Amino acid sequence: MWRFALNRLLQAIPVLLIVISATFLLVHSAPGGPFSADKAVPPEVIKALEAQYNLDQPLWQQYISYLGDVVQGDFGPSFKYSGRTVNELIAAGIPATAELALYAMLVALIIGVSAGVAAAMRPNSLQDYVPMSAAMLGICMPSFLLGPLLVLVFGIYLEWLPVSGWGDMPGDKIMPAITLGTGYAAYIARLSRGGMLEVLSQDYIRTARAKGLSEPVIIFKHAMRGGLIPVVAFLGPAFAGLLGGSFVVETIFQIPGLGRFYVQAAFNRDYTMILGMTIFFAMLIILFNLLSDMLAIWLDPKLRQQARENN
Amino acid sequence: MSYSSAPTTTQLNCGNNPSFRPNPIKALTSLLLLALLTLLTSCGGGENNVSSGNRSGTLHWGNGTEPQSLDPHIATGVPEHKIIVALMEGLVLKDSKTLEPRPGVATSWEISDDGRVYTFYLRKDARWSNGDPHNAHDYVWSWWRALQPALGNLYAYMYFPIANAKEYYEGQISDFEQVGVKALDDHTLQVTLNNPTPYFLQLLDHYSLYPVHRATIEKFGDADQRGTRWTYEGNLVGNGAFQLSEWKINRRVVVERNPHYWDAESIKLNKIIFYPIENAVTVERMFRAGQLHYSGTVPADKIATYRERKDPSLHIAPYLGVYFYRINTRIPQLQDKRVRRALGMTIDRDKISQRILKGGQIPAYTITPPGTMGYYPKSDLAFDPEAARQLLADAGYPNGEGFPATEILYNTSEGHRKIAVAIQQMWKKHLNIDVKLLNQEWKVYLNSVTSLDYEIGRAGWIGDYVDPNNFLDMFLCNGGNNRTSWCNPEYDQLILKAAPEAKTHAERLAIFERAETMLLDAMPVIPIYIYTSNNLVNASVKNFNDNILNQPSFKEMYLEAGPADAGAKN
Repeated sequence: MWRFALNRLLQAIPVLLIVISATFLLVHSAPGGPFSADKAVPPEVIKALEAQYNLDQPLWQQYISYLGDVVQGDFGPSFKYSGRTVNELIAAGIPATAELALYAMLVALIIGVSAGVAAAMRPNSLQDYVPMSAAMLGICMPSFLLGPLLVLVFGIYLEWLPVSGWGDMPGDKIMPAITLGTGYAAYIARLSRGGMLEVLSQDYIRTARAKGLSEPVIIFKHAMRGGLIPVVAFLGPAFAGLLGGSFVVETIFQIPGLGRFYVQAAFNRDYTMILGMTIFFAMLIILFNLLSDMLAIWLDPKLRQQARENN
Repeated sequence: MSYSSAPTTTQLNCGNNPSFRPNPIKALTSLLLLALLTLLTSCGGGENNVSSGNRSGTLHWGNGTEPQSLDPHIATGVPEHKIIVALMEGLVLKDSKTLEPRPGVATSWEISDDGRVYTFYLRKDARWSNGDPHNAHDYVWSWWRALQPALGNLYAYMYFPIANAKEYYEGQISDFEQVGVKALDDHTLQVTLNNPTPYFLQLLDHYSLYPVHRATIEKFGDADQRGTRWTYEGNLVGNGAFQLSEWKINRRVVVERNPHYWDAESIKLNKIIFYPIENAVTVERMFRAGQLHYSGTVPADKIATYRERKDPSLHIAPYLGVYFYRINTRIPQLQDKRVRRALGMTIDRDKISQRILKGGQIPAYTITPPGTMGYYPKSDLAFDPEAARQLLADAGYPNGEGFPATEILYNTSEGHRKIAVAIQQMWKKHLNIDVKLLNQEWKVYLNSVTSLDYEIGRAGWIGDYVDPNNFLDMFLCNGGNNRTSWCNPEYDQLILKAAPEAKTHAERLAIFERAETMLLDAMPVIPIYIYTSNNLVNASVKNFNDNILNQPSFKEMYLEAGPADAGAKN
């Protein structure tokens, strides 16, 4: 298992290098620089600014020195937020984004697994169609629609929950978590239904039934362990997706997370910020994929055997 | 292999590892349960910000974007401006209604007969927010700093009316002694200008001319170094009515009453919390839910609703800014001024204002907003399709025949698109010419416009100070904001020579009017409408005065809970 993990981490190095190089080239080839503004910027100022951020050097030289900094874990200064470093801005955004992702994951798992399991227990019945149609709706409903809709009902009409904010007022984390989690809940519902259906038709479940075990014991003790493996495999990419994809929800609910910085950085041509965040998200995705693969191996004896044989 | 053995395998496995083995599933489950608990315990109702703020004297202010910098010599945006005016102050303030000069750090001032030498008498009780004495030398040092090219001050040009400031900034002279600013003693500052500049007192209330605290800046880096940490929470020292107490990235900037401020006793607000909220829909919703006292943006489609309901929280006031189209006069079919005039005469501005904008915007027939310092320029520009068709025919395109398809460029935004579509239709209808639309993302658009890689381009200009000069000097031959390649030396002469030498205010305005007529006659730019400021202000905020710079005076504002203190409800 550890050799498997180490292997995967080594493979990540070239992947990261490609990500850095491609992003570096892309941001530098986008028209418009970080310091262009509505009002004409005097050439003296442009010169002073470019010198300060080493943008007056040849591109390859900038690339080499950037790589050197990144290896040491330094993403450089932000161009837009004068005096802030990219590391500082990422660190400022992580807590809210991670917390939001965690809550959204929670919402997704609770709703998704219960709907999926319920549906798999009586396939092709009302108990299957209702949650699965709801799941389809959840997949199709974008967060920029669901968010404002929830706000309208629970925030403005019923006045049960604050319309935005993060940790400023009691209850302000509930609607963002639901908005972000719903789409994932729908995926998880479909995955767990599929997984459970496959497992429930296995011989060992039939054996369990024949032994006269009660239905809850069969479902929760025997079937779910195998039936939820697809869900576990999905958790890693899903968590990475939640971290990187929360921009819309962060904007709707005014959450001080990473997503808003990422999108703004692209609009502002804040080169170091775009690069820093892209590398950061790339690392997260690699890490979470690895973690969920390891978890799946731990859960699934077949895979565990395979991993052992491959090594 | 049969799957029925699966549970057994797991048991066997556990048996193989009798030592402690962390169970990731259990760990994950506990983590998720903990998260659920936290989420649920955070439930519950509570008092909204507006009512709690009214009790504690805390103003909750929706402030657009996260400030890029609070250094008055580096910052450029509107959200930064609003925070900086709370934290710092110039020699002269402006009346929040009329924008007339009022004493700030200077109690009084004298202007020499030739209008070139200003002597400011600073108040003796002026203090920095850390208690340090604040005097005339602070201004000399601060202005020296603002003119260091390495600092990258985008507003350095605001200093150029001062004698030799431009020459110093551009490196033609290296001795700052030659620049027209001197501390005659601790409390007397003398400023010498190149020419009489009637708007000079106004410039002193622009943050780019605010003083900065030397010891603090030098503690965190060199004077001309960008991006040091002197403006951060716990570091910043200012001279304004409030001082910085908290700056949480993307969350809030909190300022509290500055006990060392010379006029501290008359300040009624205890605290202002600035929230960086970019999304217009979110900020309006927060306002409605009583989470904010103020929002500086209102979604365009909501304005009509507020107006229909005659909601008193909506403040619409003229704003010193003009929305216009630039014409690239190098494009062959746009070189003839008759064509440009024809285009300008076939835009139905009333329709745009009433049917598309709906926010009380005023149709513009001049580039300078009328009423700027008593300036009401005459304009012969009017909506006149018939005369326009004649002009186009005279230029060789009768009934639009043979006129090449021309492109309107705008930066990606639904509002700009609507206007461009309307104008496209108006030109088709009245001139029978084909116009294509092209939208570009903001930075790409800036690049295209500055490099003259466009045909007709959407533009806007917001005045920094209230004077026609601020609008008309854009179109000087080598003006960085001209971007049309239109050039008329006679126009330059009026703006650069005749106007500064005018003996009286009326004479000066007459010169501007001549220049404006010249500009409109050649029409390298088509004025479309004068902006309005749209603010949502809770009824409990008192002394909020609308003015054409949309500049708040936090010094004067106070909160008074009334029957409507829970916020405007829909």
